[in-house]
Amino acid sequence: MNSQTRMVEVRTKILKDNDAVARKLRQRFHDSGVFVVSLVSSPGSGKTMFLEKTLLALREKYRVAALVGDLATDNDARRLARAEVPVKQISTGTVCHLEAQMIENSLSEWNIDQLDFLFIENVGNLVCPATYDLGEDLRLVLFSVTEGEDKPRKYPTIFNTADIAVISKMDLAEAVEFDLPAARASIEAVRPAMQTIELSAKTGAGMEVWFQLLQSRQSESRQSVPQ
Amino acid sequence: MHELSIALSIIDIAVEESERRGGAIVHAIHIKLGPLSGVVKEALSSAYLLARESSPFRDSRLVIEETSIIVHCAACQAEGRVESMQLMCCSQCGAPTADVIRGRELEITAMEIEDPSTASNQSALNTVVSHE
Repeated sequence: MNSQTRMVEVRTKILKDNDAVARKLRQRFHDSGVFVVSLVSSPGSGKTMFLEKTLLALREKYRVAALVGDLATDNDARRLARAEVPVKQISTGTVCHLEAQMIENSLSEWNIDQLDFLFIENVGNLVCPATYDLGEDLRLVLFSVTEGEDKPRKYPTIFNTADIAVISKMDLAEAVEFDLPAARASIEAVRPAMQTIELSAKTGAGMEVWFQLLQSRQSESRQSVPQ
Repeated sequence: MHELSIALSIIDIAVEESERRGGAIVHAIHIKLGPLSGVVKEALSSAYLLARESSPFRDSRLVIEETSIIVHCAACQAEGRVESMQLMCCSQCGAPTADVIRGRELEITAMEIEDPSTASNQSALNTVVSHE
């Protein structure tokens, strides 16, 4: 530092803009009575299948919609559209995660007052999405039995920022010799007491546990004030 | 990698701050980075070198202070460190704890700046010196 240089204190969060939009969204979701769930996972963990089955089951009773983040293709959005609920693609281009502003922009044509549940599928990535608040009520992190038991220890931050862990593709557990106690221990190490659901979206095993949890979280949130 | 977009946000904030201070020259930006911020120090340092190229502060430095994870341990009834990010246990008693108090920091704490008037005098002086 030369003599003309001085140090000034600046207390500013680097993601202040994203945080401000996320706060605004959270308030808007709460006011509209829509419960918002985001999904994060690595590519190929079964997020889209899980979401498709979730939309199909919920639409019997609830008004549901989904936003799907993808780098380039609209394959996932087209798959989800088969559930015959409103689905919108967010093309992120080269951006490896969703940001709160992308959510706000993509909701501009939707009347979210008409929804009970909104799902946001993040870009398949276990690193970058951890940093960005999207205004969601609940963040799920999925990892499949084919990815190995130690995934949580390799990506502790995403498990730390998520609310619930889902171990997916349990129907393949035996074939890949998945060690469930080891996987649970791995989650417990990075996030003690994290709620974990083991399921197979394909066979439907464990999905009922997920639906019950989702509905109880939704009714809890309706009685609370957003943070 | 999202570090480039983080680096660009840092530059944006520095530009705002500089404008608020009458166009001060920014020599360095100090930030705090928590282990649970999801941002990697080395990646951010390299990204900053790229981001500053298209900024008014092409010679500025990014000074990164890495913080520790601090949790509240229910067993000890105290705040303390954890074993590691991979083992969220109180480093004193070993009890598992998810009650994170600090460790997600991603914030600018200070800047080293120079007033534009002294900076232009300085560069005028440098010009004279270089002519000799």
